[in-house]
This record gives sequence, C-alpha cells and structure tokens, in this order.
Amino acid sequence: MDTQSSESPVRTAHLPQVTEPRNPGMELDLDWVRAVQANTSAIERRAATLPGRRSVKKEYQAAWLLKAITMIDLTTLSGDDTVGRVRRLCAKARQPVAPSVLQTLEMPPITTGAVCVYHDMIETAVNALKGTGIPVAAVSTGFPAGLSPFHLRVAEIEESVKAGAEEIDIVISRRHVLSGDWQALYEEMKAFRVACGDAHVKAILATGELGSLRNVARASLVCMMAGADFIKTSTGKENVNATLPVSLVMIRAIRDYYDRTGYRVGYKPAGGISKAKDALVYLSLIKDELGDRWLEPDLFRFGASSLLGDIERQLEHYVTGTYSAGYRHSMG
Amino acid sequence: MTVKEIFETMDYGPAPESVAEALAWLVDQGDKFGHYIDGAFTKPGKGFDSRNPANGEVLAKLTQAKQADVDAAVGAARQAQPKWEKLGGAGRARYLYAIARLLQKHSRLFAVLESMDNGKPIRESRDIDIPLAQRHFYYHAGMAQLMESELPDTQALGVCGQIIPWNFPLLMLAWKIAPALAMGNTVVLKPAEYTSLTALLFADICSQAGLPKGVVNIVTGDGAVGEMIVNADVDKIAFTGSTVVGRRIREATAGSGKALTLELGGKSAYIVFDDADIDSAIEGLVDAIWFNQGQVCCAGSRLLVQEGIADRFHEKLRARMDGLRIGDPLDKCIDVGAVVDPVQLQTIKGMVESNTAGHVHQAACQLPENGCYYPPTLISGLETSDPLMQEEIFGPVLVSSTFRTPAEAVELANNTRYGLAATVWTENVNLALDIAPKLVAGVVWVNATNLFDAAAGFGGVRESGFGREGGWEGLAAYTKPKGKAKPLSKVDASMGEGAPVDPIDRTAKMYVGGKQARPDGGYSKPVWGKSGLLGHVGLANRKDVRNAVEAAAGAKGWSRTTGHLRAQILYYIGENLSARADEFAARIDAMTGKKDGVKEVEASIQRLFTAAAWADKYDGQVHGVPIRGVAIAMKEPVGVIGALCADEAPLLGLVSAMAPAIAMGNRTVLVSSEPYPLAATDFYQILETSDVPAGVVNILTGSHAELAKPLASHLNVDAVWSFSSTDLSKEIEAVSAGNLKRTWVNNATTFDWSMDQSRRFLQAATEVKNIWVPYGE
Repeated sequence: MDTQSSESPVRTAHLPQVTEPRNPGMELDLDWVRAVQANTSAIERRAATLPGRRSVKKEYQAAWLLKAITMIDLTTLSGDDTVGRVRRLCAKARQPVAPSVLQTLEMPPITTGAVCVYHDMIETAVNALKGTGIPVAAVSTGFPAGLSPFHLRVAEIEESVKAGAEEIDIVISRRHVLSGDWQALYEEMKAFRVACGDAHVKAILATGELGSLRNVARASLVCMMAGADFIKTSTGKENVNATLPVSLVMIRAIRDYYDRTGYRVGYKPAGGISKAKDALVYLSLIKDELGDRWLEPDLFRFGASSLLGDIERQLEHYVTGTYSAGYRHSMG
Repeated sequence: MTVKEIFETMDYGPAPESVAEALAWLVDQGDKFGHYIDGAFTKPGKGFDSRNPANGEVLAKLTQAKQADVDAAVGAARQAQPKWEKLGGAGRARYLYAIARLLQKHSRLFAVLESMDNGKPIRESRDIDIPLAQRHFYYHAGMAQLMESELPDTQALGVCGQIIPWNFPLLMLAWKIAPALAMGNTVVLKPAEYTSLTALLFADICSQAGLPKGVVNIVTGDGAVGEMIVNADVDKIAFTGSTVVGRRIREATAGSGKALTLELGGKSAYIVFDDADIDSAIEGLVDAIWFNQGQVCCAGSRLLVQEGIADRFHEKLRARMDGLRIGDPLDKCIDVGAVVDPVQLQTIKGMVESNTAGHVHQAACQLPENGCYYPPTLISGLETSDPLMQEEIFGPVLVSSTFRTPAEAVELANNTRYGLAATVWTENVNLALDIAPKLVAGVVWVNATNLFDAAAGFGGVRESGFGREGGWEGLAAYTKPKGKAKPLSKVDASMGEGAPVDPIDRTAKMYVGGKQARPDGGYSKPVWGKSGLLGHVGLANRKDVRNAVEAAAGAKGWSRTTGHLRAQILYYIGENLSARADEFAARIDAMTGKKDGVKEVEASIQRLFTAAAWADKYDGQVHGVPIRGVAIAMKEPVGVIGALCADEAPLLGLVSAMAPAIAMGNRTVLVSSEPYPLAATDFYQILETSDVPAGVVNILTGSHAELAKPLASHLNVDAVWSFSSTDLSKEIEAVSAGNLKRTWVNNATTFDWSMDQSRRFLQAATEVKNIWVPYGE
C-alpha cells in the first residue's frame, strides 16, 4: 500500500514498507524473553543525566524541532470529538507550521506524521487528508482498556482498516503481562497483526500499568516477536504515560530485536510530552541509542496533542528572536 | 549548514558554554596569581603558565612557591589554629555554611573555570564536581555543628598540609578542606600545578565568607612545593595522587608524628555477571572509564565479564563506544573532553602502544585536530599477567578479561596491588551481597558506578592508600583523642643471677599457627627476676616472622566467622585467664619486680570481656546518601595485624592489642614485651585451651629492634602497630611504605594501659567499606 503521491510534501509520513521491510515477527522465544533484565535505578540514572549530556542549539534546534513535527501523530481521542473538531485537527496536520516561518527557514512544506483518532472519526480524517500522504491512525481493540470481547476487538481492527485507517494502534491485555502469560500475549498480538492486514500495527503496552520496567522490556520483545510494526508506550489515559526510563527500556528492546532479526521496529512514546525541550531530549535518546535511521517518521512518532503548539512557539522565537505567544499560532 | 540540511542529517551542532564570565574573572585578577596566605593574595612571583588543555591557550600565570612562602603559609595557619578551634563547632559551622552557599552562588563560574583549566566536559563540572563540592561543605557544616556533642573525646590535629591532584581540582579541595575546617584544623593546601585556578577562586570565596585569616592558605607550584609542605611544621599530611608519590610521602613523614592519609591509585574491577542488565552495565562503563577522560583514581578500568555473555557484551560495548562524542570540553553536547596535559597524553599513548596483547578497539569518533585528546579505547582479551591489567593508565582506556564463576570473579578482581573501588553488576541480590564484601576495596558499587557523596566515606585499602574522606568515618582523618602523651623511656629487662626459680626447667616457646614453635635461629635468652632466673625465651628472627605471618595469612576463615562466635572465644579466653589469675599475677610481679600483677591480670580480663562485648556490636552504618538506595558502611577487619606489644605491661599490653583485633576478625602476629616476655608465653597456653583457631594469634618473643623491620616491611601484613618502648616508629613507618600498610605507632610516647581505650583499637582494627546499593523495581 503506497500512500506516497507525487504531490506530497517532502519527507512526510513514510510508511515502513517504503524503505524498510515490515517486521514479519518470529517464533516466541521464551528463553530470550525471560533472560531480559531491566535495572530500574540504572535506567533512571541514564535517563536523568541524558538532558545534561545532549544539547541542541540554534539552527540545529530549529531543524530538530521541524523534524519532530514530522513525527507527531497529531491526536484527538476525546468523547466529545466531532467531525468539525477532527477536520480542524487534520488541517493543522497538513500545515503544522506557519508558512512564513518555514519560508524564513528556507524549508519546504512539512506535515505531521499522522493523525490519530477513534474509529468513528476515521472517515472524516481520511477525507480531510486526501492527497496529503498523511496516514490516519486509529486506536482500536477496545482502547484504552482493551477489555471488550476478543472477537469484537479483532473485528474493530478490521472495521477500521476498511474505513481507511492505515495505521492501527492496538492495546495489549495488560493482564497477560502481569500474570507472565507471554504465550497469550504473543497469540493476541499475532491475531491483531493478522487482522491489520497491510495496515501498520502499533502495539500500545500501557507501560504505566505493567508494574515494572522488566515487564515493559519483556512485553516489548513479545509484541515484536508477534509482528508489531511499532511499539508504543501508552494510551495517554494511564496515570503514568511516556517517560524517559520507559522509553529507554523499549528502545533497547528494539535495538536487541534488530540486532537479532535485522528488522527495524518503530517506537512511539505517547502522553505527557508537551514541551519542545522534551521532544529534543527524546530525539537525542533515539539518536544515541538506536541511531539516525530511527529519526524518521516511519520509525519514530510522538503521540502528542499539545507538543506542536510549544514547538511552533520555539520556532517563531528562533526566527524572530522574540518569545512567542500561543494565540499567534493556529490551533489544531 | 542550513536548517534544511540539518533536517536531513539530524547532526548535533555545537552547543558552547560561554567562557566570557570566567575570562572576565581572570582578567580582573590580572591574569596573574600569587599565593593565598593569611587571608590575602601575595604578589605574583616567578612561576609557570596555566593552560587550557583543549587548545593550549594560556589562562593565567601562577607563582611557584618558595620555602619562605610555605613557611609563611604554615605560620599563618599555625597562628590561626587555636582561635579557630576555640571558636567551637557551631561557630565554624556558620563559616562552612557560608562557603557552601557561596560555592552555590558562583557555581557556573566555578564549573566553567574548572573545565577550561582541566579539560573535563562542562556537563561533569557543572552537574557533578561543583555540586558535590558544595555538598561537602554543607555536610561538614553539619559535622562542625555536631562535633562537641557527638565526638566529645576528640580534638583537632592542628595544621594540616593538603596536596591534591589535577583530576577533580575543586572537588578534591572540598574533600580536604571541609572536614579539616569542621574539626577545628587550619590548612595549607597545594593544588596541582596544572589545575590551580578554581582553588584560587575558592580563596576568593573564603575572603567573601569572612573566614578568619590564616584558616585557609593556598600555595601554588609543582611537586617541589608539595615536598616543602610535607617537611614543614604541620601536624598532618593529606595527599591524593599517585601511589609512587604517596609512598615517598609515607617515607618522608615516617616517625615524625604527623598524621597521614593517602588516597592513591587504583585499577578498579568492574564485574558483570551473566544475569546483569547488560545495556545498563555498558552505560555504567561510560560513567566508569570515560568519565573525566578516565582520569579517575577509582575508574572502573578493569572489566571482568562472565564468559557466557562476553562476546555479546563486548560487541555492544564497542557499538556504544562508537557513539561517544569527544571534543571541546565547553561544549554541552560532548561526552569526553581533553586530557589534562600533553605530558599525560603522552603517558597514555605510551602505555597503550607498549601493549601487544589482546584486541584494541578505539571509538570511531572524530578527534579535534588540536588539543590533548585521546580516543576512548577498549583492550579486550587481556590476561592478569598483561601489564595493562595491573598498571593504572589514568586515561580513557578500558582493559577486559573474562571469568567463569563468582569465586573466580572475586579472585581476579582481587589480583591487584590496589584496592580502591569495585563495581558489581547482577540482578541477583544474593550474588551481589555475597560478592561485595569479598572484594578488596574501600568502595563497592552494586549496579552503579562512580557514585559519590559527602555522607559516604571514600578511600582505599592496600596500595590505594589509607584513610577515608566523607562520612563519620572520614572525621578520624582530622581528629585525635583529647589529651597529651608523655615521653616513653626504654623499659629494660631485669638483670640477675642465681639459680632457676622453678625446680624443673620449663621451656617457653613461641606460638605460631596454633603450635608451640622453637625459634628458627636456635638462640634463646634468659629472663631474670629479682628472685633469680625465671626462664628462657626464644629469640625470634625474620624467618619466625615469616612463619608467623604465613600462619596468620592462612587463617582467613577467622575473618568470616560471626561476631557472636568471636565473642564466645574471647569470653572463654577471659574465663581461662581468670582461672589462672594468681599465677599470671605472680609471674608479672616476678618479672617486673612490682606489685601490680593482680591489677594487670584483672584489667586484662576486663579487656577480653570488653572486646567480646564489642565483637558483635561494633556496627557499621547505613549512610543517608541522596539516592534511592543505601550506602552500607561495613566495618571489615584490616587483615593481618603485626604488633610490637607494650614492654611495660607484659600481659595487659598484649591483651589490649590482641583482643579488639581478633574481636573484629583480624589475625595477629604479636611480639611480646621485650623485657618481660614470659607473660606472653604463658598466655599461649590459655589460647590453646580456649578454642582459638590456629593462626589467629601468633606470639613471637625477641628483640623489638630486630623484628620491627621484617614485620613492618612484610608485604602480606596489612597493619603494623608499635607500642614498644624502643623507639622504632620511624623505621616501622618508613618500611611500611612497601605495601602502604596502615601504621599505628607510639612515637616514643606513653599509652595509659590502665584505661580502657578499646574504641581506639577497634577503629584501628577495622576498615570501612562503603557498599552502594541503589534499588528500585
């Protein structure tokens, strides 16, 4: 499924199959899963010192922030979402930065990585994004708790794919992780992947509910073994969402999986990333731990709704030298 | 590069920290510095340039101190000391607090100046060195406040000469000055000639804090100035630096009565077990050996990986190394900065080039064209016999080897002359807590590395030096017991003539390895009392010392027994001594010709009971360090202690030294009172009937003067004590430098044996090992 069109802006949301073979998954390797360790204190220390070890300034910061925008899954997941609200969001996704800012930076137009909505809003979003190459991602499988009947969760995926979603963000059954039933998690993920067909599947681990970083590491591996294209931290609805320590654990799992299988799996931290500075830290974490190849929208996404606004203000500050105000930038 | 280009490459760009303020401060000082003596800067004199190792630029001109400068500094410190001490802990606490606050207020200036002067990344000076230095002053402000209530029996040493290295200039200054000042000492400090600038800025801070003049004096210059301080009229020398220089200082201060603490080199093991979080262990190595360009005395420079994971571990490690960024220390986005000086760079290069073993990997990172840079390097596949597995490189060079079992890991880790620090990575708490105490090191980090805090003592064992910096244990380095010692005169043996007192000849032997032993040389000497010949004792020679030390070294099991068991045995000794109290009292009186034998035996029994009481109560501590975790300050036996026992108290002197030593798990080689040896030889019969394991206590008789050297120079003896009335302190301390054993000598002064001073013995009989255990799931 090639969504690239010749009119699409540069470097927009490449889907994984454009440049990367899709992760086909592998047999569940329980020895590997159970051997995985994650030392919480050490991981927290690494995460805590990272912002002090890396600094991106001036034109570099501007470029990195622009890159961050291309990786945002601009998201609305609210009970009061309406067609109008989703259209406005899609318009923002098509043009996330004021053209005048881009002109000053001598940058061609950019878009966000995707738009992320609930099933009922897929059609609206697909229509609003026609011709842009921006994929629509749908949260699925009884999001956010994932406790609806299994066959309905699978059916939900199929419906969403039918409705035009090119990316499906599924939620895993946390209970499989908490009870150590890796086989069940593997089977579930595999079924979801099959149901997705050509649509790409992001496995939401809901890390805030998994109890330990070790569980996060193990669940990450099992989902990749079952064929996840992306692993994602959170629904945004848990008490704790994306954090640097959790991210470190998940991307180390991605690195190990790549080292063993040769397949690159994407990473999406979601929830709680709202500042431009945070985005820069995340990007440097990805750059240092996974390498530059992962700094593209086909392998990295931010699940965020308010991050874009802060980045816009920072970009305007870079361009003008004056601190900006939120109302100067179009809302999404 | 344009934004569009960067958008494609996603490179890190330059992120320079401004040096403007630091340069402005240097200009304000005229780019020239004198010494800081008696509260003011002296006029700059002839000296040397202080350079920025990252680019070779001259930062300032510093003055080489002359003897007159050192004398003036010591004189100022001497004059200021009594008043400073009399000010009281609470008064001193306010100054220390003010210094801490000022360090904090000027933190960025200190950080930038430090990085310019030393070449360390600004992240490290900003996030580690300077905050830790502040913390040290805050912590010791508290120690000053608590001194009178918590350490009522201690007083200041007086004037402390302090010589610090170039790797952590301000931090080492803080480690030296804060505890010294807190305890009422005044100081003369010499920073390293490469890196004196933050010390001079600190001097400025002292003036701003209104510190009384003369309390802190700073003189600059090279090793020659250090030597002048060592030889000056100071009461204590505290040195951090190389083992070679440390040994020279030990020799130079021998017998001078100057207190000494040495924090020296290391080749610290970094052990990774197969159940470790491998990625975190690798990240830990970045902080272990590529922190401060590897110029860290406690750097985890000797990697030991369990065989099963070794290939994968090294592969991942090399990949991690290739991601390190090396460059301008003032760049906020680099990991490794500049080596301190071209001389040091040459040393590192030379050591790596001389190695032909193993496999060398150097990080695939770009080095700046100019300046003192060396790439992060890993030399894997080395064996313990390879020089680079043994020698400290003091650069960003990691060496590695593998092991099979936990026992082998411990053996390999301890196969070194050093004993500063060690790191253990495992997710198994049983394994971690089993291994940590077995590692011969002053600091052990579990699943972490290079963690420091003012609340936890830092310092080494073996040739990594002695003394602790930080924590309650660190205060011993800057205090002494209250009271004044009197000169001790030689106690001579009684001379006599006549027939043996005993109708049947009793042969007093020595006691080695749990057996009665005849002297190797085959010579004996008579022991006379007023009433006639009391008997003969063997004259031990160096071979008897060798045998006794071998027996003591072999009795390792004693150090692993429980305090409860050691207490039981000590009580049993006391019990058996009590049963023969009259006989021992009579023997003492017969030898000394005095009448206080009964008292001496009673006191000896008391000492045994006191030591038994302490055996399971001389607890360690859990330090309140600012991490989620604990720093366990564990009290460990020193090892093998050799002691020349008091001449004047033939039984009590021996028991006073022996009982606390073995209570703490040490093994001992005791040389009996020289003039009155028969109490000791009678005593081994008590030991034999008291379940004391072979080798734990060994007793030699003979000439102190003759035995001092073989005992104090023996490389398998960990501590040597002398209470001899023969003045051997100088000789003992001089030859102790061989393996830098701990010494406790009387410097020809008396010791009041009638007073129970068990605490002093307990302290001398133990080393504090800090085991850091961060936790959290």
